[in-house]
Amino acid sequence: MANKLISEIGLPKSIANIFAARNINTAKEALSLTEFELMELLDVGMADVTSAVAHISAVVSPPYQTALFLMEQRLQNEQFAGHLPTRLKGLDDVLFGGIPFGVLTELVGPAGIGKTQFCLKISLLASLPASYGGLDGHVIYIDVESKFSSRRIIEIGATSFPEIFHKKGMAQEMAGRILVLRPTSLSEFTESLQQIKVLLLQQEVKLLVIDSMAALISGEYDQGAPRQHSLGWHISFVKSLAEFSRIPVVVTNQVRSQSRDEICQHSFQAHKNVETQEGTEKYDSHVVAALGIHWAHSVTIRLVLEAKSGLDDIINFDGKKMK
Amino acid sequence: MEVCRLPLSATQRGKLISAGYTSLSSLSSASASDLARDLKISDGEALEILNVASRSSRSDNAEGSHAIINGGVPGIGKTQLGIQLAVNVQIPPHCGGLGGRAIYIDTEGSFMVERALQVAEACIEDMSEYSRFLRKDLQTFQVGLQSKDILENIYYFRVCSYTEQIALVNYLDKFITEHRDVKIVIIDSITFHFRQDFDDLALRTRVLSGMALKLMKVAKNFSLAVVLLNQVTTKHTEGSFQLGLALGDSWSHSCTNRVILYWNGNERCAYIDKSPSLRSASAPYSVTSRGIRNSTSNYKRVKMM
Repeated sequence: MANKLISEIGLPKSIANIFAARNINTAKEALSLTEFELMELLDVGMADVTSAVAHISAVVSPPYQTALFLMEQRLQNEQFAGHLPTRLKGLDDVLFGGIPFGVLTELVGPAGIGKTQFCLKISLLASLPASYGGLDGHVIYIDVESKFSSRRIIEIGATSFPEIFHKKGMAQEMAGRILVLRPTSLSEFTESLQQIKVLLLQQEVKLLVIDSMAALISGEYDQGAPRQHSLGWHISFVKSLAEFSRIPVVVTNQVRSQSRDEICQHSFQAHKNVETQEGTEKYDSHVVAALGIHWAHSVTIRLVLEAKSGLDDIINFDGKKMK
Repeated sequence: MEVCRLPLSATQRGKLISAGYTSLSSLSSASASDLARDLKISDGEALEILNVASRSSRSDNAEGSHAIINGGVPGIGKTQLGIQLAVNVQIPPHCGGLGGRAIYIDTEGSFMVERALQVAEACIEDMSEYSRFLRKDLQTFQVGLQSKDILENIYYFRVCSYTEQIALVNYLDKFITEHRDVKIVIIDSITFHFRQDFDDLALRTRVLSGMALKLMKVAKNFSLAVVLLNQVTTKHTEGSFQLGLALGDSWSHSCTNRVILYWNGNERCAYIDKSPSLRSASAPYSVTSRGIRNSTSNYKRVKMM
C-alpha cells in the first residue's frame, strides 16, 4: 500500500500533475513529507495540500476489523483457532491452545536445558495429521549449529505416537516433511529466507523453526551498530513472513552473562537505588537473553526455560501474564 | 464546591447541598436509598444523581485533550495495558465508565484476540461484582454488556509500514467523525516503524512531530484519550547505560503526559514522568490472567530481560 502510485489514487487531475512534475510518484513519497514541506515543494495553497493528503491517506490507510471479527475468522478458518498445541498441558492452557500463528515465539535458556529438544518435538507435532493434534504440514527447520538429528525425531515419534510410527512408511513420511537448512553465515541465512518465502507462498509449510538465532549473529561482527542494523532487517522479514502466512515461528536464543555495570535502568531510578543498594535482593543469576533489546521487543511471546534445583525443567511464561 | 459542577438541575443541587452532600466523595459513599431519604426524592431520581456524579468523576480522569505515552522494556506489559484500556473504555456509564469504543492501532502484530476476550470476560465479572456491592439496596443489576460485544467495539487496524501509519493518523479525523462513540485511540507501538528505513533523521523528527500534532488535535476535537505505547532502547550516557524511550528526545517533547512502566526489583511499576497536573509518583501493578490489576502478591519476576 505504501507504494501505491499517486496517479492511481484518483486525485483531481491538476494536483496529480503537480505531484508528478515534482517527481513525487508514490504515496510513500508524498506522506514522508510534512504538509508544510509539500506546500513549498508543490507551490500550492495549504488547503489544497491538506485535501490532497487527506485523500491519499484515506486510500492508503489499512482497513479496520473488529476484534470480534478477527476471533471468529480464526475460529472458522484456522486449525485450533490459530495455535499449534505443544501437548504440555500447562503451557497450552496459558498460551490459549498452543504456539500462536503469525507471531514470533522465542525460546530462551542456558545451554543444555532442552531448547533443541523442544524444537524437534514441535517440528514433529506440526507434521502430524490433524487428527493427532498436528498441522498436517511441512516444517522448515533452520539448523545453524548442526544439532538436528533425524534419528532423534523418529525416536521421539515412535515413543510418543507409536500407533502412527509403527505403520509402514509413516515414519519416513513424517520425517520427510521436515526440511532442514544449514546456513553457515548470515548472508546464507538471508538467501535462504528468500527461498523460504517462496515455499510459504505454496502454502505447504506450517511451521518455521530457527535454532538458534543467536548463533547466526555471533562471530559475524564485533559489538556495535552494524550488528544491530543487519539484524533489524532479518527480524522484520521473519515477522512479516509469520504474519503474512499465518504460521507459528519458533526461534531459540541463548543467554549470556551480564556484568554489573550493564544493568540498565531509567534515569529516575538511579536516585532510589543508591539507598537500597546494600539491602537489595539480587537476582540469582546474572544472565540475560542474548540478541539485545531490539530483538526482545520484536518477539511476541518469550518462553524462558530454566532448571529448578531437584525438579524437572520448568517453563516460565513471560510477556503475557504471570503464573 | 464539587457538587456545583455537576450537570444537575438547580433544585437537585440545592437539595444536595442542604442535606450536606457537598463533595463528590460524599456522594460516592452514599447509597441510593439514603440519598432518597435525605433529599426527600424518589429512588429513581436518587439513582440518577449518583450516576451523574460517578460519571463525572470518571470522565475527569479518563478524558483527554491529552496524549499519553507509555514507555517500557519488553515484557513489562505495554500491550497488556493497551488491551486493558481498550476494554475499560467500554465500561458503561451506569457502572462509572465511558461507554465508548476503542481504536487499536497495531504496528507490531502484538495484539492477541484471545487475551482481549479473557480481559473482557474478567471485566464483566468485576462490573457485576462491583455493582452488586454498591447497589445492595436495589434489585439485581444487569451489566448489559457481553464479552462478544466488547470485542466488537474494538476497531483493530494493522499497520505494516510508516507510510500506512501516517496515512491512518491522517485518516483518523474522518473515521472518528463517522464513528463518534470512539473514546480512546491506542497506538502499539508508535515508533516501531520509524526506527529503521528512515535515512534522513531530521525529516523523521519532523514527520513524527507532525503526527503528534495531528493526534493531539484528534484528542482535543473529539474529546478522547490518545495513548501511545513506546519501546525503550539503551543509551550510553554519563558513562553508563541507561534506558530511554525510543526515538528519544525529539519525540518526547510532543506528548503531554508520560508514564514509564518499569521493573522495581520483582514488581512492575508505573511512574508518572511528565504531567501538567500530576506530581511524579510511582504505583505498582501486576499483569494477571484477569488483566492489569493492583499489585498484591509476591510475584517472582522472570529473571531475563
